[in-house]
Amino acid sequence: MDFTFPKEYELLRRMIREFAQNEVAPIAEEVDVEEKVPMDVIRKAGKLGLMGVPFPQEYGGAGAGEIGYCILMEELNKVCASTATVIGAHTGIGAMAIYLDGTPEQKEKYLTPLARGEKIAAFALTEPNAGSDAAAIQTRAVRDGDNFILNGTKIWITNGDIADIITVFAVTDPALGARGGVTAFIVENTFPGFRVGTKETKMGIRGSSTAEIIFEDCVVPKENVLGQFGAGFLTALKTLDVGRISLGAGCLGGAQAALEAAIDFAKNRYQFGQPIAQKQAIQWMIADMATEIEALRSLVYRTAWMMDSGHMDREFSTYAAMCKVFGSEVLDRCVDKCVQIHGGMGYMKKYPVERMYRDARITRIFEGTNEIQRLVIATNLFRKVGVRIR
Amino acid sequence: MKIVVTIKQVPDTTEVKLDPRTGTLIREGVPSIINPEDKNALEEALKLKDTLGAHVVVITMGPPQADDALREALAMGADEAILLSDRAFAGADTWATATTLGMAIKKIGGYDLILAGRQAIDGDTAQVGPQLAEYLGIPQITYVTELTLTNGSVRAKRKLEDGYEIIEAPLPALLTITKEANKPRYPTAPGIITAYRARQVTLWTSKDLDAEPGTLGLEGSPTQVRRSFSPPAKEPGETITAPPEEAARQILSRLKARNIIQG
Repeated sequence: MDFTFPKEYELLRRMIREFAQNEVAPIAEEVDVEEKVPMDVIRKAGKLGLMGVPFPQEYGGAGAGEIGYCILMEELNKVCASTATVIGAHTGIGAMAIYLDGTPEQKEKYLTPLARGEKIAAFALTEPNAGSDAAAIQTRAVRDGDNFILNGTKIWITNGDIADIITVFAVTDPALGARGGVTAFIVENTFPGFRVGTKETKMGIRGSSTAEIIFEDCVVPKENVLGQFGAGFLTALKTLDVGRISLGAGCLGGAQAALEAAIDFAKNRYQFGQPIAQKQAIQWMIADMATEIEALRSLVYRTAWMMDSGHMDREFSTYAAMCKVFGSEVLDRCVDKCVQIHGGMGYMKKYPVERMYRDARITRIFEGTNEIQRLVIATNLFRKVGVRIR
Repeated sequence: MKIVVTIKQVPDTTEVKLDPRTGTLIREGVPSIINPEDKNALEEALKLKDTLGAHVVVITMGPPQADDALREALAMGADEAILLSDRAFAGADTWATATTLGMAIKKIGGYDLILAGRQAIDGDTAQVGPQLAEYLGIPQITYVTELTLTNGSVRAKRKLEDGYEIIEAPLPALLTITKEANKPRYPTAPGIITAYRARQVTLWTSKDLDAEPGTLGLEGSPTQVRRSFSPPAKEPGETITAPPEEAARQILSRLKARNIIQG
């Protein structure tokens, strides 16, 4: 048993940490206030190979696997959750679907420019009537000669308005529903009939864009069917499984940053003639934060290791769901304690902890609510003993 | 064109903390990095590679773990890496270090330019670059902030305390580069993975250098350390224990009283 990172990961972490400190941290406040996607940072990240960290080098990636990608999400989330969300939606789910289920030709054509950061990706599943109940999607795809014609609306799509290439899920056989009736498509934003709808304004991660995308007789060539025809729901679930590990890694970074901010503040804030670090009430909060963070770190990297060593079975899916539930809830408790330790100052926009608190809240909701994750975990556990949860 | 860049692995002094009880450095857990100005030298070499095309060789003398510094250089874009590591090299002063590097660079051969960092953050001597040029019998320009190559010669801007000089030298030449010269690039993510999983670092020991006896390591070092000591501790400063606003007020009034600031 060995819990040390191989040296390439140590250097990768150091490089990403320097990049995050020098290039990302200085724009974190601005992108939040102005609701502006940090495109300059995204371009710089692309040049350094940070837009395709988990993918093989033959497809323009860094070849650093899920462990390397978790390091990226952890370090970026320490300084700017918005930047991390843009890259996360691009790499972790948008491009990831193509990596997991694309043909060699599709990977060459689409994954390579995405991994190099020359193009931006998004993942479009959610609809007004299909959130947690993802199988209820209504976007239709109908065969027309060599093409499919897509009609429908997707909402809350991260990168929806800046993406060049979007993984879209549509119903191809309403009678079959999720079991054989949903197909995944690779859609370019230049395809006729594609357009961007309204943009949302949000509580947190305001430097990432969240948009509605609309398909009106959108023409998609049949070569752009991703994965098996009718098996799109499996592609979606598999992609989201993987996305949950790096989401947990992002939460780990955010929680670590909250802990560090809390320690720094407690050391320097004087009340009753001494730093508040001398107060047991503060010490216990710090100790709880640190303990949960270390437990999360082990869970996240263990699950990333499972993926990199090819264990993508039902147990992996259970662990991935745990990364998402535990990660987002550890983050939630840590930013809450961090604000509490900061007192009134934690509530003021002058300090980054106010932003960290707002940014954290989405992690319990998006990419499958924590309620759905608990359902996944319990379903997998009961299935082992022969009980099917319906 | 072949460019040799000499680098040194050093403890990251920005991460070194003092033991509050003994007042000594805590070296444990301090990460090792490429000496910062050696990175500036490597960046100059990589810029020349980008614009004119060049084969960049990085070389270091050090313990086996100096391999990490060379792999980082490969990840930044160097083409070849050589590690000089042997117990026989241990205890070298700057002259023995320059001699060892010099023998290795003669073995590499065919170089047009040697770039070194101005000085290392752990020793601060700034001697190895100049001594290496002397050993090889080639021109040297130190404290360089800018350089251009023009058919067979190098023109460099050299920073001095009260101005700068522009100096031209025929190639091959050795230049020492300062931190003002550039902002070193980040290693790329795929470069890092490849540097560790697919690329080679060549290991040379004393046997590979055909060294004459008595030229390496402690034996080859004319420097004799007679005594080492810590500088006498400064008298402890006065600690003002008060809330920040009150403490600031007290400090300001004392500075004003001594006419250090006006007000």
